[in-house]
Amino acid sequence: MSDFVAYEDKKLKTIGTRPLRPDGVDKVTGRARYGADINLPGQLYGSVLRSPHAHAKIKSIDVSKAKALTGVKAVITSKDFEDMPSQVIPVGELVANFRDVTRNVMAREKVLYDGHAVAAVAATSETIAKKAINLIKVEYEVLPHVIDVADAMNEDAPLLDENQFTQGEIRVLGGDSTKEPVPDKPSNIAKRLTFVKGDIDSGFKDAHLILERVFATKPVHQGYIEPHASVASYTEDGQVELYTCTQGHFTIRAQCAKLLSMDVSKIKVIPTELGGGFGGKNNVYLEPLAITLSKIARRPVKMVMSRNEVFRASGPSPAGRTYVKLGLNKKGKIIAADAQIDMQSGAFPGTPLGQATITCFTRYDIENVRVIGHDVISNRPKVAAYRAPGAPVAAFGVESVIDEAAKKLSIDPIDIRILNAAKEGTQTYYGVKFPRIGFEETLIKAKQHKNYQIPLKENQGRGVATGFWMNIGMDTTASLNVNDDGTIAVSVGTIDVAGGSRASLAMMVAEEFGIDSDKVRVTTGDTSQLGFNFVTAGSRGTFAGGIVSVLAARDAIEECKLRAAKTWNVKDEEVVWENGFARPASTNVGPFEPLSLSEIARNATRTGGPIAGHCEKNVQGAGPSFGTQIVDVEVDKETGSVKILRHTIVQDAGKAIHPAYVEGQYQGGAVQGIGWALNEEYIYGEDGRLQNPGFLDYRVPVASDVPFIDVEIVEVPNPYHPYGVRGIGEVPIIPPTAAIANAINDAIGVRFETLPLSPPKVLSAIIGN
Amino acid sequence: MARKHVVTTINGDECDFLCESNETLLSVIRNQLRLTGTKEGCSTGDCGACSVILDGRLVCSCLTLAVEAEGKVIDTIEGMSEDGNLHILQRKFIEHAALQCGICTPGFLIAAKALLERNPNPTETEVRYWLAGNLCRCTGYHKIVEAVMDAATELRG
Repeated sequence: MSDFVAYEDKKLKTIGTRPLRPDGVDKVTGRARYGADINLPGQLYGSVLRSPHAHAKIKSIDVSKAKALTGVKAVITSKDFEDMPSQVIPVGELVANFRDVTRNVMAREKVLYDGHAVAAVAATSETIAKKAINLIKVEYEVLPHVIDVADAMNEDAPLLDENQFTQGEIRVLGGDSTKEPVPDKPSNIAKRLTFVKGDIDSGFKDAHLILERVFATKPVHQGYIEPHASVASYTEDGQVELYTCTQGHFTIRAQCAKLLSMDVSKIKVIPTELGGGFGGKNNVYLEPLAITLSKIARRPVKMVMSRNEVFRASGPSPAGRTYVKLGLNKKGKIIAADAQIDMQSGAFPGTPLGQATITCFTRYDIENVRVIGHDVISNRPKVAAYRAPGAPVAAFGVESVIDEAAKKLSIDPIDIRILNAAKEGTQTYYGVKFPRIGFEETLIKAKQHKNYQIPLKENQGRGVATGFWMNIGMDTTASLNVNDDGTIAVSVGTIDVAGGSRASLAMMVAEEFGIDSDKVRVTTGDTSQLGFNFVTAGSRGTFAGGIVSVLAARDAIEECKLRAAKTWNVKDEEVVWENGFARPASTNVGPFEPLSLSEIARNATRTGGPIAGHCEKNVQGAGPSFGTQIVDVEVDKETGSVKILRHTIVQDAGKAIHPAYVEGQYQGGAVQGIGWALNEEYIYGEDGRLQNPGFLDYRVPVASDVPFIDVEIVEVPNPYHPYGVRGIGEVPIIPPTAAIANAINDAIGVRFETLPLSPPKVLSAIIGN
Repeated sequence: MARKHVVTTINGDECDFLCESNETLLSVIRNQLRLTGTKEGCSTGDCGACSVILDGRLVCSCLTLAVEAEGKVIDTIEGMSEDGNLHILQRKFIEHAALQCGICTPGFLIAAKALLERNPNPTETEVRYWLAGNLCRCTGYHKIVEAVMDAATELRG
């Protein structure tokens, strides 16, 4: 089988329409079962004791009083988990250092952040579990801590890991990748990654305008409304059944098997309906604890995080400091670009450094580029992916500087981007040469959009910014069964992370067969039913899940054709499949009436048995996504409050399988970006404790904060997907921070270089001016 | 401490339960009565996922004590459709793709129903401010507001 599945430009019946989502009724009636809705007979309730310190040695843990409490059935600490050697290894298509993973799920020698798990209990009620947690006595030796990424990079910063020496790597386009010499001293900088294309020094020498700025973004939480929840049952013969809300049940299985030294086959993970993830539900938190408690207690154990725990111990997004230097000629062409992105990764290394550095300038065709990225640890929770992980951190800086350059050169902010836009054939600095992409189309359509022409009033401003995401394929599987009435059941391993992928996959399968999409039911299979699937992340659900579903459908259609050939007693190649029917390939084959899918299905027993199709594939050919956003704001000069008047998204979907769900992804992602721009941030006190671990003080956008979000879907098909699909979920969150900052600059003439643009910050800048 | 006996009506059915005096209505609804359509997102009254109607009033069940339900009438998401027919709001949420992950949806539907009972002809701004107590992280609110406005139009006839 070829690595790529080619795009076919054909007339479509189902794709592009808007059928009702199959999970809709369950979700509006309260039937849908999420993580915390699962209950097993005889279950116990787990609770976690968490560190109140940002950085401390654990001198001793006394669990005797907790164990003695009536109703307590198990108490665990790091002693109940095997230590793991420090090596970066692939497990379930993820690459991780399990020395760190085991320490993140349960602190060993030290606690490294406020909220770090220290012990856990299982008891017959939640009340008893919480009481028991308070009876555990931990003796700490508090150590100096460091929270901010810039502080953590200072030479005299407190070290989180005295054995960490920066690993440096330089990748020169067209040359080899070289390792940098290991420094003599340990530091909080885990990794330095440098990309080089051309020669920035000569580029800057020729520049007419050079701008150099430093920006900072704050870590924000993914903010899914469903807290993490898991129910684990460990049986007497060592089998585990685990219900959990996750974006990747196969990778959860792989991580648990590794952490608990178990056979993969002994763990069955059943994913529940997912109440939001956005990248934050790829990793293990409660799962290994629940399994271990269940193993000791010999009863199922249910664990649910409180919102406070979600904020303190899961996620958040990466963020950091971004230095940007651009050199442009008189016409506005960028001829040299330099950046350094210092990304905080939380208590353990592993920030999305590659993604931040790769996406930094990649929307633009620039001859001379250098991007340096640092992966920096500090006393915060270990970061998790968050929608286009890393990209917004870089884009906030780059898109702000381009806006400033456009103003200085008196060029329209969209025109300057069109002038520099990457196109088919553009050589990126990270190696890829772009196939057909739709960036320029989004810019041109944005410039023509009616919202771009609306005149602005006093204290109002308009900002533009763009975003890019490469998208991914990865291991993906689907199993399809033709039922005896001709309806179709498809089981997939890509979690529907809310975007409606079950509907989109059903539509693609229906299109292949030539039947109505309501005859196709797509469900998520558990880990025992399918081959391995990577997490639904990087915008791969509809792209990669789509490819395997289409190939599984084609597999079953081939079988249907064989059954028709058998029925008609003709050669296999004398049958074709058209619009839901097997037909003779030509009139020469014989005067056979076409056989419908349901007729073939009904006769399946007589023609050889049940008809099925399947596909297991390392999916290739993800199509890069690009988008342009225009934001109009009004600044209240008395309060510093910024009101979003209009928000316009023009983004290339490749092909919108279900346009309403594409609109929903664009709108939802953009509003997350509005939150990042205006209000959201983790606020730490001097003591290193998180001060706003709740939705009252951590302010996500509410309905009254935002207007209707106008969407224009551009469709430049991905050449490597049968229906042209690109990923769409990541890009919408990238442009808003810079677009809003640029709009504020347009309104009041102040350029902000740090987020969030909350009323006190905007007001003090207005007063300062 | 002796547990309290509470008699109440939930979704039209008489119902009684025993609860601790400090137990929330949300805890009883979800954990004892197994009506898990009402969701717990924060337990501090900030996200609205646990919204229910108590004697005609929209409340966060996480901020309501279970003993307060004595002699009162509670409506949860499980009672919203009637005789197998979805409520117009439920139907409009599906038609407008006003839900994605769906964890906030029951709370939004309960809150929107309470709005339309008080104000059958709300402006967009009124809808947005009324629903400001309900957090949705997936949709950006666009399609939710559209669905509620459309449902209001249809309900007015």
